[in-house]
Amino acid sequence: MASKFVLSNKTGWLMAGPAAFLIGCFIVLPFILAIGFSFTNQRLVSPNAADFTGLANYRQLLGISTLTLDPVKDDAGAVKMTAEGTPEYPSLRTYTRNNPDYPGLNGMREWFSFGSGGDARTYVLARDVVFLTAILNTFIFVIVVAPVQGALALGLALLINQKLRGINVFRAIYFMPVVVSIVVVSLLWRFFYDQQSGVLNNILGAVSFGAIPRVDWLGNPNTALGAIIFMSIWQAVGFHMVIWLSGLQTISPTLYEAAAIEGSSKWQTFRYITWPGLRNTAVLVMVVITMQAFGLFAQIDVMTKGGPLDATQTIVFQAVQRGYGKQDISGGSTISVILFVIVLSVSLLQRWLTREKK
Amino acid sequence: MMAQITTDSRGLRLTLRYAVLLIIAAIFSFPLIFMIMSSLKPSEQLLSDAHSIRALLPVGDISFDNYTAAFQRAPVGLFVFNSILVTSVTVVLSLAICSAAAFAFVFIEWKGRNLILSVILATLIVPFETIAIPLLLEASKLPWIGMDGVTWGWLNSYRVQIVPFIADGLTIYLFVQYFKDLPGELIEAARVEGASWFAIYRRIALPLAGPIMATAAILKFLAMYNQYLWPIMVTQEEGYRPVMVGLQYFFQLNRAWGEIMAYLSLITVPVLAFYLYLQKAFIASIASTGVKG
Amino acid sequence: MTQMKWLTGAAFAAAALSSAAQAQTTLSMWYHGAGNEVEAKIINQIITDFNASQPDWKVELQSFPQAAYNDSVTAGALAGNLPDILDVDGPNMPNWAWAGYMQPLQIDESKIANFLPGPQGHYNGKLYSIGLWDAAVALVTRQSYLDELGLRKPTLEQPWTGDEFEAALKAAKDSGKFKYALDVGMAWTGEWYPYAFSPFLQSFGGDIVDRTSYTTAEGALNGDAAIAWGNWWQHLFKDGYAQATQDPADRDNGFNAGEYAFSWNGNWAALNALKAFPDTIFLPSPDFGHGPKIGAASWQFGVSAKSQHPDGASKFIEFALQDKYLADFSNGIGLIPPTPTSAAMTDNYKAGGPMAVFYDLTKAQALVRPVTPGYIVQAKVFEKAAADIANGADVVTTLDAAVDEINADIEKNNGYAPVN
Repeated sequence: MASKFVLSNKTGWLMAGPAAFLIGCFIVLPFILAIGFSFTNQRLVSPNAADFTGLANYRQLLGISTLTLDPVKDDAGAVKMTAEGTPEYPSLRTYTRNNPDYPGLNGMREWFSFGSGGDARTYVLARDVVFLTAILNTFIFVIVVAPVQGALALGLALLINQKLRGINVFRAIYFMPVVVSIVVVSLLWRFFYDQQSGVLNNILGAVSFGAIPRVDWLGNPNTALGAIIFMSIWQAVGFHMVIWLSGLQTISPTLYEAAAIEGSSKWQTFRYITWPGLRNTAVLVMVVITMQAFGLFAQIDVMTKGGPLDATQTIVFQAVQRGYGKQDISGGSTISVILFVIVLSVSLLQRWLTREKK
Repeated sequence: MMAQITTDSRGLRLTLRYAVLLIIAAIFSFPLIFMIMSSLKPSEQLLSDAHSIRALLPVGDISFDNYTAAFQRAPVGLFVFNSILVTSVTVVLSLAICSAAAFAFVFIEWKGRNLILSVILATLIVPFETIAIPLLLEASKLPWIGMDGVTWGWLNSYRVQIVPFIADGLTIYLFVQYFKDLPGELIEAARVEGASWFAIYRRIALPLAGPIMATAAILKFLAMYNQYLWPIMVTQEEGYRPVMVGLQYFFQLNRAWGEIMAYLSLITVPVLAFYLYLQKAFIASIASTGVKG
Repeated sequence: MTQMKWLTGAAFAAAALSSAAQAQTTLSMWYHGAGNEVEAKIINQIITDFNASQPDWKVELQSFPQAAYNDSVTAGALAGNLPDILDVDGPNMPNWAWAGYMQPLQIDESKIANFLPGPQGHYNGKLYSIGLWDAAVALVTRQSYLDELGLRKPTLEQPWTGDEFEAALKAAKDSGKFKYALDVGMAWTGEWYPYAFSPFLQSFGGDIVDRTSYTTAEGALNGDAAIAWGNWWQHLFKDGYAQATQDPADRDNGFNAGEYAFSWNGNWAALNALKAFPDTIFLPSPDFGHGPKIGAASWQFGVSAKSQHPDGASKFIEFALQDKYLADFSNGIGLIPPTPTSAAMTDNYKAGGPMAVFYDLTKAQALVRPVTPGYIVQAKVFEKAAADIANGADVVTTLDAAVDEINADIEKNNGYAPVN
């Protein structure tokens, strides 16, 4: 018995060794280097050697502060109003630019604000508003895409898992968007979303007899992220359909036969046979979708470059912009480390939520 | 009477099913149609057609001129060859190494198993752009023993495009989840009979892994085929460039959209072909026989 | 006897040939023209002629696609793998020179005495790069549009004022004939934004960075002049004269399809416009108070710092500066030849040629982008600011944020002070 165990040790290492070695060399090692960069001011292109700067990069990216202000009062003590009829507040510029009383606020910008009792207003300031917006957008993207895309992919997989004549043709077609280059897809959808003559607006107009106005889907900050979400789901759902499909095929047909003999309905079959058999696949799909959603980059890079007005900024796009575009490798690495921590937390949460309940 | 009603309703349901399938198919296939149709039209026409339904129809001035022009502008054949070479080698090695590793993680008890698996799964989170620069620095210093003896630096080669990508967290994870679903009794029985782990891997696990092999293969193929950032960084010689770098040949000052569409159509063919082959050979066949029992 | 002589003769010849081959050194060269057949033909011609003209050096070319070129060079530099001769986009040269990628040229400077200022790459008092052409931007329109809208044709001596330009745009919009009055090219994200739009800023009196010291953007990018520019820029989109989001089809084809009255475009697109409308004219940019301005400087040749043969590399570059090659490039890709003598040899830029006006425009109005290693970051910051303002962001806050970012970057790099 003891010898068998020792042998297993060796075989285990032998079989997993090559993969572990390769990943260690080519992913783990560079990532550790990248973590190292985040604590310095390493530039991509520079004659100056890098200096150790500690948490300066993290502070610059994540620095937040709040400031509560009372509205401006005129000489009589009444609150001044702006042209729109809202109370007027002192300009933030006076606090954030070279104000000796507020050194910590220097260089910060307003992120958002909310009323905080009476006439006072609390401003949340951030050192890097664009990055925080990117984090927010990325989360919105993940929260919407993960369940929707996962469910749609499952639906499609169930649809094409039937023995119809020519079903293979449909399987191929549903996978097409995944196969076609992101350049074509992005280009095409840019045309589709065009305000003046895009097909989407044409269809909406035709269907509603002109009631729905033409929308500049990609140019309007309120619709841009939604437009990207829609297109991303369309593009990637075939990817996950394939994964669901391979999971579906591990379910033994005898189970289905038994269910059919007992006369169970479609829904009952799904709930008691299909779904339990897909447990591991479900975990796989959700984890993969979530990871990929956090890495949203290519579509943004081709279609909107983070605009309009930061509506489509994402974490990875910021990392690439900063690291390659602005030659700030240390900043790019810092963003990557932050992303890693975020996604790790989320995936640990997912694992805990989907753990085997013994 | 009864029989006729049943066949009628069955026929209706069948038509309905096909209708649903077709509508969905239309939604998913228009990019390919747009791409192919556009590749047959001259650039100005394709741009003006893009805004209407004409984008999907073979109307106007149809010809293969864009294709001949594309071949003149860039060594398309070379790029496709490079991409297929790099991609196939990576896919084959990846399937072998990652499935073996996943098998070890799932079925064998060995020291350090959980830790290594956790680290590997954590790498799923690391987007490539993060490690590209450190990896480049690393690759420019790695040694290699080849025909000229020991050389340093892997740039401008095929191996630099292959080796770093053979093992990756996603492929391993796919296999791990799949192997977890395999019936443990089969493995137990084989161990009791004294089979070695490797034999079990080869004779039991692998044959049953058809669908996931196909899935992992197509996903890896796509990832490798669509690579852009890494090849830009490591192939300074034209001879090693893959298709996505080649695409940039067409995006110079006065963009020739027609040629771009032609080139994209050309490079999409291998991927589609590979997927269709895998589809038919693995996924479809398993559906009819079933995995267990 | 004759056989012996023949043999010795052959032996001598062989020895001479082999020693000549041994003496010939190979120079590697990187160029951004992969996929551009016209450029490739001309550059190959120059290389062949150079190789044939002297026995010491042989240039070997490696072509890169333009979109990926800068990334390739950066990666090559990181890996310690740069060629002898390389190509650099004008405004990026200070950054590469500062980083130690490039060394000063060793060419006879009298050869470039007649060159337009744009193609000359000076940094830190030395000449690091020289270009074979210049690129300019102009307001493209048709004589028939001017006639229909009843507008005066502006000249170099008498360009439109800001008000006249406004009136022209309004007339175009009110006529109802066009989708939009003005196509500024928002679809071309990237270097186009600072190249094409910062001249407007400069005409208002602002700038991307303070050029007296290059250590701050305060006052230049967020001063009153800049705010005036920001407000003008924003009103173009708010008042419907131009579109903030544009798809590339409209940019590449829109003017030629009659969708726009005016197009702010570079002369590389001019040939196509002329083909579409023979009465296409190229107007100078408007004067917003500090003189009309357009961008300048395009791709230039330089020598890499680690090259073992800077003398040979410089010799090749000097060889390429001959008028006939300058004319070839101009005829081929439509860009501006750098000397009056070469201009006279071209089809488009000789006196009376359809694009001759660009030559004069460049001479009169061109202002190079800021000559500082920090330009790479400043360009990106300006691009985002211009896009945000176009989309309706608050002008003052946006410009302040841009200044903060630029200043922080300059500080992080020790003021981009030259190192050596």
